[in-house]
Amino acid sequence: MKQTIAVQVDDLTVAYNYKPVLWDIDLEIPEGVLMAIVGPNGAGKSTLIKSILGILKPIAGSVSIYGKPYDKQRSLVAYVPQKGSVDWDFPTTALDVVMMGTYGSLGWIKRPGQKEKKAALEALEKVGMLPFKNRQISQLSGGQQQRIFLARALVQNASIYFMDEPFQGVDATTEIAIINILKELRKAGKTVIVVHHDLQTVPEYFDWVTFLNVKKIATGPVKDIFNDDNLTKTYGINYKVSIQE
Amino acid sequence: MDLQEYFSLVFTDYTLRTITLGTAILGAVTGMLGSFAVLRKQSLLGDAISHAALPGIAIAFLITGAKDSNILLLGALVSGLIGTFWIRGIIKKTHLKSDTALGLILSLFFGFGMLLLTFIQKQPNANQAGLDKYLFGQAATLVESDVWMMTIVTGFCLFILLLFWKEFKILLFDADYTKTLGFNTKFIDILITTFIVLAIVLGLQTVGVVLMSAMLLAPAAAARQWTNSLGRMVIIAAIFGALSGVFGTAVSASQNNLSTGPVIVIIASIFVLVSFVFSPSRGLLFKQIRFIKNRRDLQLHKTLSFMYNIAKTHENIAHPHAIKILNNFQGYTRGTLQKLVRKNYVSLDGNQWSLTQEGYKTAANLYNQQTQNDE
Repeated sequence: MKQTIAVQVDDLTVAYNYKPVLWDIDLEIPEGVLMAIVGPNGAGKSTLIKSILGILKPIAGSVSIYGKPYDKQRSLVAYVPQKGSVDWDFPTTALDVVMMGTYGSLGWIKRPGQKEKKAALEALEKVGMLPFKNRQISQLSGGQQQRIFLARALVQNASIYFMDEPFQGVDATTEIAIINILKELRKAGKTVIVVHHDLQTVPEYFDWVTFLNVKKIATGPVKDIFNDDNLTKTYGINYKVSIQE
Repeated sequence: MDLQEYFSLVFTDYTLRTITLGTAILGAVTGMLGSFAVLRKQSLLGDAISHAALPGIAIAFLITGAKDSNILLLGALVSGLIGTFWIRGIIKKTHLKSDTALGLILSLFFGFGMLLLTFIQKQPNANQAGLDKYLFGQAATLVESDVWMMTIVTGFCLFILLLFWKEFKILLFDADYTKTLGFNTKFIDILITTFIVLAIVLGLQTVGVVLMSAMLLAPAAAARQWTNSLGRMVIIAAIFGALSGVFGTAVSASQNNLSTGPVIVIIASIFVLVSFVFSPSRGLLFKQIRFIKNRRDLQLHKTLSFMYNIAKTHENIAHPHAIKILNNFQGYTRGTLQKLVRKNYVSLDGNQWSLTQEGYKTAANLYNQQTQNDE
């Protein structure tokens, strides 16, 4: 059976200065997978996501979402940035941040109304943050802030979710809560792409994996390619992990 | 003229009314737009822009030979915008940090502006006198047409601000995310920056090149202390700015014509000082009070838990113990014991104390995270 390709990346090359951060990446992400992007620091994991989303301008290459250019498919895509990328002392509430997820479908000038508020409240409920809706965002813990970001993406009701290290700096309870939501998304047929650092949990959390270190090392089902060979190629050292048979 | 006289004259005296209205409107618009500069962490941008405006004033005068304030400010606007986009260009194209780029453009433009000013002063043209008032501003030179100009620009700012409120807010909070939603972030960014430049240029005549950035930052920094909502912050900043303008003018007019710009800036700084100390949620004073209260509560709880540990060794929790045992415990004072009695956690009988049922239960559940409610 041929799977539908949700995200296709061709010949993507990105450089900040002289040295490329990503070199000639070809990547096909099938619909409905929960995929981890793994690789050492500076491997270009965040850069890959940001280039796919058009935040960074690549030197060469193209990206298509369900066969069409990203610009035309924005409504199908949601993004969860790294928690540390914003100033949490910004004067606003949790509900307000989640509402921002509706701004894309609203377009220019139009203000969010009751419908958008309802959607935001539902998303807050889903991530277990409803009791905190009126909390000033600086008074939330790191894990709670991460859940707010997740809720903001959920409001977009997209088909493809890109998440940049959603497990960074969160406690075990939040990590489990988040992974359960991701698994639910996959069950609903969504495609979820996650920059991930903890190699131990890859086989448990994800069914698809991409090894990245400037170049793409490998991509495919976790059970087929998550092995010492690819880990060594990516991390450069003999990386032993125990994979449950 | 004293302050009282000023306030009785302000509604009838044409000059006073014009100047007061001008500084109030200026304070409101700079406070409003300053909120955005502060939240974008671009506080110093205002300083660079105002200094960068100086050569524009000089060049506009050299070209036209007239001291029409609108034309001079147009020159300031152009050179301020050039300075701003050079700063952005330097940050983007080189590896210089933004503070370096700001400092570079600030001193370069200001230096060039001063050069032109001295050059103009050497000219025989008698018309040149007074151009240096743009350095520190002179509110007394405000005329009705200037105030109209300020009103129109402020109204326009307000209209754009309300129209693109949602876009401004999301860009300020999370620019990358805004981009992924399909908004043209460059456009929103240029819009905000242009308005900040516009507000600064408006204030040059009144407050001057050197002190203008304070008008932008002080009301916004003060307003941030009082609220956790962006909308309210912008409104409060506008009010603080307007009040600074009015009181600054009042003080300067009543005290032998003290220079208005510096007085306005000092009044704005007083707003900042008061806000930093007295704001209920973020202010230093209440923070300190909360800190002390917390310490007291903790000491109280520690004492209670010490008593609990003694009491629970007995079958009967109400069994009395000697007060002097408590002297072994470091955090214990007579005051804490009295407080525990008042809270009905402990009952006293002569030289002996015993835990009440309520005190026992409270002590057993103290700081037990699972049973505590987060809200």
